[in-house]
Amino acid sequence: MSSTTAEHGHEGHGHDAGHGHHAEPNFFHKYLWSTDHKMIGMQYMFTGLLMAIIGGFAVYVFRMQLAFPGMSVPGWGRVTATDYNALVTTHGSVMIFWVAMPVLIAALGNYLIPLMIGCDDMVFPRLNRLSYQIFLISVLVLIASFYAQGGGFGGAWTAYPPLSAKAEYNLTTHGATLWLLAVALEFAAFLLGGINFVTTVMNSRAPGMKMFDVPIVVWMIIIASILFMASVGPLIAGAVMLMFDQTLGTGFFDPNKGGDPVLWQHLFWFFGHPEVYVVLLPAMGITAEEITTFSRKKLFAYKTVLYTAVGTGALSFFVWAHHQFIAGIDPRMANIFSVTTLLISIPVAEMCFVYIATLFGGSIRLQTPMLWALAFIAEFLIGGVTGIFLGASGADIYFHDTYFVLAHFHYTFFPIAFIATFSALTYWFPKMFGRYMNETWGKVHFWGTIIPFNFIFIPLFLLGARGDHRRIYDYTHFPDLMKPGMQDLRVLATLSLVTLLAFQLVFVVNFFFSMFKGAKAENNPWKANTLEWQAPSPPPHGNFPDGLPNVYRGPYEFSHPDRQEDYWPQNAQS
Amino acid sequence: MISKYVESASSFAGQIDFLILLVTAITGFWWLLAEVIFFYFIVKYNAKDGVKAQYIAGESPKEKRWVAIPHYATLIFDVTIVFFAVQTWQEVKQTMPQADATVRIIAQQWAWTFVHPGPDGKLDTADDIRLVDELHVEKDKTYHFELQSRDVLHSFSVPVFRLKQDIIPGRTIRGWFKPTMSGGFDIQCTEICGIGHGLMPARIIVHTPEDFAAWQLSQTPATASLTTPTEQTGGMK
Repeated sequence: MSSTTAEHGHEGHGHDAGHGHHAEPNFFHKYLWSTDHKMIGMQYMFTGLLMAIIGGFAVYVFRMQLAFPGMSVPGWGRVTATDYNALVTTHGSVMIFWVAMPVLIAALGNYLIPLMIGCDDMVFPRLNRLSYQIFLISVLVLIASFYAQGGGFGGAWTAYPPLSAKAEYNLTTHGATLWLLAVALEFAAFLLGGINFVTTVMNSRAPGMKMFDVPIVVWMIIIASILFMASVGPLIAGAVMLMFDQTLGTGFFDPNKGGDPVLWQHLFWFFGHPEVYVVLLPAMGITAEEITTFSRKKLFAYKTVLYTAVGTGALSFFVWAHHQFIAGIDPRMANIFSVTTLLISIPVAEMCFVYIATLFGGSIRLQTPMLWALAFIAEFLIGGVTGIFLGASGADIYFHDTYFVLAHFHYTFFPIAFIATFSALTYWFPKMFGRYMNETWGKVHFWGTIIPFNFIFIPLFLLGARGDHRRIYDYTHFPDLMKPGMQDLRVLATLSLVTLLAFQLVFVVNFFFSMFKGAKAENNPWKANTLEWQAPSPPPHGNFPDGLPNVYRGPYEFSHPDRQEDYWPQNAQS
Repeated sequence: MISKYVESASSFAGQIDFLILLVTAITGFWWLLAEVIFFYFIVKYNAKDGVKAQYIAGESPKEKRWVAIPHYATLIFDVTIVFFAVQTWQEVKQTMPQADATVRIIAQQWAWTFVHPGPDGKLDTADDIRLVDELHVEKDKTYHFELQSRDVLHSFSVPVFRLKQDIIPGRTIRGWFKPTMSGGFDIQCTEICGIGHGLMPARIIVHTPEDFAAWQLSQTPATASLTTPTEQTGGMK
């Protein structure tokens, strides 16, 4: 791929004999300045997973406060109202912006795209490096905000002004500004990544790989990147205006100065709703790879999946105001957005139907990655159908800002950010590290995550239906919310959460143990068709030492009637 | 369904409960069907020795039926839900039936001020009754409300009425409700409004007509001087 602009691209390395004589790159070049897409992908992945610890710790602390108000939480102490708001904000923004986005888009996109389309690296490797560096700075700025005078920002991850705009209201002078700066930097990082992904797939596909030979997960990351790039502009503009309001005393969102707080909500959700699909689509893509591989089936209606993904993406720009039905917008608008919101259920449901249809007539192997992929579909369906309650404007009057909403979007976001991520990590682990993860402990971790997950959020659905509103740090002040049984549900959710968090230790230990001591994996351990499995495990710098592959067919030719074997790699000549 | 746990105490609560029940029935049925088929496939097509998976592209119209039929079913049920959702929405948010009285609700960090019209039935007169964190209304009377905020966003939510409306500083947002059950119920602030957001509970007391008259008598009318122009605009300068 001569289109690569980095130094190594010109050498046509791998089969370049001189390359082997190069000294091992020093630490600085190997880790801090590497332009290898796999290194950058891993860095995004580990950073994202480390951030999940922060997000997980935050939710542990505030859920303990909700279950046992006023208790001294082990590892934190007494939770004040200020702490509570900061923890809720941290949990929300970290899990979406610093876990789901970097792991699903940046890490997997970087790691998988060049390998799966059969090229040696991204088209803009240095831009890629810059993207991670900026992301890392955003992480540092966010962490700094926790230690700023007044503490971390506590205005919820949606940061609605005027609360977020004035220190006299939110009482976190520096925390709010640093939080906003971190978010803006993070967006800049992903903009660079998105440009890279789209350009690479358009220009650097292996010879013979036509548009419809591209694996679904790559397509999904591309569609997601385009959605992200098209929607993030208004939010970056909004973030700059909000920062001016905070620091320079401008009044973009200040009604006392002729501004309008609702404007922020439009800018935020114009990004915020497509953002849901920005993370959903890659998760759907991961699932497509695994259900085909582990049921030895061709993907049912490949093109339909693509069209539904594009349709979902396009529609996602017309649904944002369903977050604002009762926010004081013109009530007539709710009718339009109710229609578009219910319409978007069609392509998303269709994608689920396609995946279920793919299982038909398969030869299903329930290995750990497949368990995660199946769990993704099963759990995401719950998140999907409960969204209908909220898209139906009349019902949203009651459910808006209750735990029902919270449980609904956790039934979408948890499958996306964690179930799909675990399925991706367990599936591509042998490629990344050349070793298998332990299957038994993988299953222990699976059940230890899925069962408590449902026991966290089913109680929260029930609490929401009974009127529990969100972001309240102590329900004892509300007589109607302390009826018999309600506190028990809160306790059940919290205990399930603690169980779920405890089981993540199994994953951490399994992950690192397998990385160094796991059984050696061959190049194509799952007998899959896509190109990344034709590279050595782990792939060297340049990916394909025997020369870049040629592609002869689509990615899902499993169990073809003319073949003895039940798989047919994309680059196999016959 | 909802009313089993949360009283249904306003004229439109029943309609919203019906909508929720309808959505539950429709989505519940399809969700259950999808999950049953899904798990059936997982069990039925579990890998067996010597059995090769089928090769189905899913591109021919005959095969695509398996996705197309549920697709159209989803569309039809979406239209049904939208119809009832919009109908309910218009009843609650887009119509303003004739009011028997108007109350003003002023939110601030972190308390509610409720201005009742007093015996003369008019706001901004000398006999207005101003209370903090307590709203008194009469059963079976239609009320208009005026929502104002002195600082940040708040939201006026009465779960037993199935009513919720955000409050925006600088604006007066109007709406209505008609209580149909007497008793005392929670008022919540459902929009995060700072560190005291969890400490903003209030109560709505729905009186029977006799009780309401007695309550009104017992209140010392506020003096006219308390009703300054600033307060009429929700504290906006």
